[in-house]
Amino acid sequence: MAWIRKHLLLFAALVVLGYLLIPNLIVAIFSFNKPRGRYNYEWNEFSIDAWLNPCGNPGICEALGLSLRIGFTASLVATILGTLVAFALGRHRFRGRSATNLLIFMPMATPEVVMGSSLLTLFVMAGIPSGAMNITIAHIMFCLSFVVVAVKARVSSLDPRLEEAAADLGATPLQTFLRVTLPLAAPGIAAGALLAFSLSFDDYIITNFNASPSSITFPMYVWGAAQRGTPVEIFVVGTVMFLLALFIVIIGQILSARRERQA
Amino acid sequence: MAENPSGDLRLVQLSKQFADFTACHPLDLTIPQGSFFALLGPSGCGKTTTLRMIAGLEEPTGGSIFIGDTDITHTKAYRRNVNTVFQSYALFPHMTIIENVAFGLKRRGDKEAMKKAQEALDLVELGHRAKQKPNQLSGGMQQRVALARALVNRPDVLLLDEPLGALDLKLRRQMQIELKRIQLDVGITFVHVTHDQEEAMTMADEVAVMNAGRLEQVGTPTELYDHPASTFVANFLGQSNLLTSRIVGDAGEGLLDVDCHGYPIRIAAAHVPAGVRDVFVGVRPEKLRIGHTGANQLTGTITDDSFTGVSTHYLVQLPWGFEVTVVQPNDGSPRAKVGEKVDISWDPGSEFVLDARQDEDAGLLDEEIRHG
Ligand SMILES: Nc1ncnc2c1ncn2[C@@H]1O[C@H](COP(=O)(O)OP(=O)(O)OP(=O)(O)O)[C@@H](O)[C@H]1O
Ligand SMILES: [Mg+2]
Repeated sequence: MAWIRKHLLLFAALVVLGYLLIPNLIVAIFSFNKPRGRYNYEWNEFSIDAWLNPCGNPGICEALGLSLRIGFTASLVATILGTLVAFALGRHRFRGRSATNLLIFMPMATPEVVMGSSLLTLFVMAGIPSGAMNITIAHIMFCLSFVVVAVKARVSSLDPRLEEAAADLGATPLQTFLRVTLPLAAPGIAAGALLAFSLSFDDYIITNFNASPSSITFPMYVWGAAQRGTPVEIFVVGTVMFLLALFIVIIGQILSARRERQA
Repeated sequence: MAENPSGDLRLVQLSKQFADFTACHPLDLTIPQGSFFALLGPSGCGKTTTLRMIAGLEEPTGGSIFIGDTDITHTKAYRRNVNTVFQSYALFPHMTIIENVAFGLKRRGDKEAMKKAQEALDLVELGHRAKQKPNQLSGGMQQRVALARALVNRPDVLLLDEPLGALDLKLRRQMQIELKRIQLDVGITFVHVTHDQEEAMTMADEVAVMNAGRLEQVGTPTELYDHPASTFVANFLGQSNLLTSRIVGDAGEGLLDVDCHGYPIRIAAAHVPAGVRDVFVGVRPEKLRIGHTGANQLTGTITDDSFTGVSTHYLVQLPWGFEVTVVQPNDGSPRAKVGEKVDISWDPGSEFVLDARQDEDAGLLDEEIRHG
């Protein structure tokens, strides 16, 4: 009894972890499958063919490349713009501040279908042909909100006296920003950037509205492929993405643990 | 510093207005170069605001600030050769102690930044903590780091905003001595803000007393204590017995005859404000004696006594009901008892005299007010 009570928390944690991880585990296992037909849903026989040649399926690596490019561009631009907006909102009082605050939340609250279709209308009306550029612009727009939220939380908890102290010690406004403000806001900015990248990489609905046949992103490719079959290569890419994310999280944990220990 | 004559710090008609609130009325103040100057006053009287204007962190509404002959009123904070020890220390949490201390030197491209920072840390006896982060240090240590971080830049003026506020009494006393020693060592002008009158008096060469955004009085600790210019200063710095009196005539030999609720006493003419007849005669508790040793004498009844070791504090009620505090050293003389009728006396000249047309309770906390 006592043993159970003592380990109840651990047990509960394992159940939750399992719940979260089993889908990823299945994907990882089935990336080593050699399916009988076109659908990779039943275990047939072990093979590392897909791992040796992940680009084997036509179009898959082009789609992956496009998604990565859009993801990087969108999260980079959204992070820069979002950080600036967050500083403005968190630090300064100006006319229209509360209106801006509200507007920034709009993309988070709007259903994706609504946003996707209205963006398409906008682009068509403006005479801009669908394609990778439109997708990037759309992604920047909705990633921006998440970056602003992540960075603002960090910025508003910063002690403004630290910046005053830097100025007092002779640091110019630029030096103060680079040496004091930015390092202190960095965890929030990094969180915002990662969130933006994963949101962009993962987005299907808005992307689909604004894509052209020459701009197939990875989620679109997977969805399209699933209509006709599920190539094992998708499972390989999925597994790699998962491991990459896991790696980044672990690095982050180690870094913050080290900072904690020093601090 | 001798090789870098920077000059006195001068505030000329300096004022600060926040939206609908005047934090500092126009004030004039000259702080001599190399002196330890204390700015003393109750909470909210505008001390921090004044300091922030000197540091360049707050734009004055009016007036100017000079160091020597240089007008720095509109110089940006990062261009002023003035450094601050903040009330909250404001150490950079993401930097090590030594990086914090070297920050100012590095901004000016000092090649020996790290070496000088290490020396500054050694000066405040924290050399061995150089590699740690601020939150690994106790409050007192952080305070010393903040001091080292400001001092290492050898500013013309060092501003200290209640730097000892967060420390316990013992550490506070220790740091007061330390600060004074460092100031004598480096010879930089220190402007020390505090609301602890004892701290201001023991450390400073000169003290400015501030009240509600105005300067009440500026002077050496002895001047302020022996000859306060207002009831606020008299009550804020130490304890005072203010006897409501009226000047009735000249007694010769530099003395005046005074009527104190019907009792004749004499005061020195030298300290009386010009053209005033109704006055408060102020006598510090330790200048009153139980017995007949002084020329001025009054009779009263002891209503309370408290023994503090080196001295005994008596409350003596005078015939018209007013209670005065008398502090007697425990020098072996017989001690009086509660209820006993005693004579109290003092010599003319040991008093100070204030115009009676002001609030006699200014500068007192509510529970300290005694009327008679
Ligand atoms: N930014 C501001 N806006 C409006 N009022 C302010 C501002 N800063 C200070 N004040 C007001 O100015 C007055 C003086 O403040 P200040 O901080 O100078 O007091 P202080 O003497 O340093 O008090 P303490 O001993 O409590 O630190 C206070 O009444 C405060 O409310
Ligand atoms: Mg203050």
